[in-house]
Amino acid sequence: MSKKSFRQAINEALRQEMRRDPTVVLMGEDVAGGQGGSSGVKDAWGGVLGVTKGLLTEFGESRVLDTPISEASYIGAAAGAAATGLRPVAELMFVDFVGCCLDQIMNQAAKFRYMFGGKARTPLVIRAMYGAGFNAAAQHSQALYPLFTHIPGLKVVVPSSPYEAKGLLIEAIRDDDPVIFLENKVMYDDEEDVPDEAYTIPFGEANLTREGSDVTIVAIGRMVGMANEAADRLAKQGISCTVLDPRTTSPLDEQTILECVEDTGRLVVVDESSPRCNMACDISALVAEHAFGALKAPIRRVVPPHTPVPFSTPLEKLYMPSAEKIEAAVKSVMTQKTPEVA
Amino acid sequence: MQISRETLLHSYRAMRTIRAFEERLHREFATGEIPGFVHLYCGEEASAVGVCANLTEQDTIASTHRGHGHCIAKGVDVGGMMAEIYGRKAGVCRGKGGSMHIADLSKGMLGANGIVGGGPPLICGAALSHKVLKDNGVAVAFYGDGASNEGTTLESLNLASVWNLPAVFVLEDNGYGEATAASYACAGTQKDRAAGFGMPYIACDGSDFFAVHDAARDAIEHARSGKGPVMLHVHLARWYGHFEGDSMSYRAPDEVSEARKNHDCLENFRKRAEQEKFLEGSALDEIDAAVADEIESAVQAAKQAPWPEDADLMADVYVKF
Repeated sequence: MSKKSFRQAINEALRQEMRRDPTVVLMGEDVAGGQGGSSGVKDAWGGVLGVTKGLLTEFGESRVLDTPISEASYIGAAAGAAATGLRPVAELMFVDFVGCCLDQIMNQAAKFRYMFGGKARTPLVIRAMYGAGFNAAAQHSQALYPLFTHIPGLKVVVPSSPYEAKGLLIEAIRDDDPVIFLENKVMYDDEEDVPDEAYTIPFGEANLTREGSDVTIVAIGRMVGMANEAADRLAKQGISCTVLDPRTTSPLDEQTILECVEDTGRLVVVDESSPRCNMACDISALVAEHAFGALKAPIRRVVPPHTPVPFSTPLEKLYMPSAEKIEAAVKSVMTQKTPEVA
Repeated sequence: MQISRETLLHSYRAMRTIRAFEERLHREFATGEIPGFVHLYCGEEASAVGVCANLTEQDTIASTHRGHGHCIAKGVDVGGMMAEIYGRKAGVCRGKGGSMHIADLSKGMLGANGIVGGGPPLICGAALSHKVLKDNGVAVAFYGDGASNEGTTLESLNLASVWNLPAVFVLEDNGYGEATAASYACAGTQKDRAAGFGMPYIACDGSDFFAVHDAARDAIEHARSGKGPVMLHVHLARWYGHFEGDSMSYRAPDEVSEARKNHDCLENFRKRAEQEKFLEGSALDEIDAAVADEIESAVQAAKQAPWPEDADLMADVYVKF
């Protein structure tokens, strides 16, 4: 056990799984970063943010494959390789680039098993960065996990810390279904204690990061940290919160969400993806349908507005959920009453 | 003649099976009993069979909308295919895929594909698997002239060259992407496209099994020996519409009849076999009769096979969820 950054946790998970299983291969734009360059340094970058640094040196060019900037071909290739005996981990760099290769994910990899009558396995992991807060503007900042969650056949992982990232990525690589693994680009330098050895965290089991009695806050990915920050402040004001991290949006641990709401009677969902048809909607519908009677107040969603992510710092700050906004939402559900139902 | 008697008989049988399968589907579709979309491969049989005659079971292919011929040529069970097209549980995909998604990975058949240009990227991946696993396999993408204009295809030609993959891109050029002619929709030449990605280009007459066979042999040997990908351009005529029910008003009235009369790969095969005396007409007649029986049995069995059960709706979305 030692302090590791989110970046190191991902790198270590990849390295340990590549050592364990020779069929695990990495591919993506600049995952080595330097092929053919005039310096002769083939792993100059190790990913645009250095997450895959050093893997080419250990595993060689046959297993760490730089690709052309050509998402449709290599994401499709990853799907084809997964169906024919490899366990590819393909890096899409920014999840926004899925616009160039959605067919290979949505119509190919996700559907092989069902369309082929259960006779295909597609053990594919697609890693990508998501999220605003980096002044990366509208085409490099989206949180597109609801898009993937919508598609049957995909599993979707949104880790909330370095510890979570390592265990969930190893689980993803060992999983036999296609997995979308989304890393918040703002969190790569976050640090916490992470075991040195390989370990897995199962999909579909939410993590109760904090137990309280007044309000359940369900938060996704980076929002888990903000929710806990808000809960710390609220505790000082006498409001006790449960903070639940679903870890995976597909599968979704519906049972734990419902149990927490049954206990607290109030729900705030924090989701940094665009507000229409996002996870906050999905989780709100789940609770409205199955735990309506337990609700003491209307559900509140802390989500961005229905706009593209803006570039300018004050606008981006205005756009994003924050601990302050979560705190305000929790206070509002503490004071509001749900309408009487006949 | 460098092709063994066994391969010739097997290939003729495969072509005849495709023809009989497709002609029968054409008739059955007209009765309304077959659900969904059906895209027939009649007239193009020599392409699938001439290519697949050079492949082993462990080699991989990916197919198109018009995939029945590739499936049969790669050895997918005909009865299971027919049951699949009728939507029955006995189908090769348990009735969950249908005509456009027939696949059998145990035969190296990575699926027909409902998406134009869906196959070439997948084949880059299958070729990568063969390369990394060092199993000496080759991966073949069948794609049409329509798909030749998809970005996925062009990106795949590039990636296959960049990664020096054991891949063959078989362009089945039947002159039409749906209802729009290739002469309108494809800029430049396919030969120049191959050259643009630094790969060898071989063209052949798709109504001549022997021409396809020999061209495919050269292309596949090239890829298998580690020299990288090849484009094989097969010139074909499709005898029916893009899908069943297509009136083909975009084609001159005699275009199909001319193809049937003068460019029938089965007739061409028989003529050459008899002229050069490497197979007897009686042997081919026996195959024709056996295939007719096989297709009749497949149709009857499919029509009587049970439907999927309600529980099948939720089955096989994931390996584990």
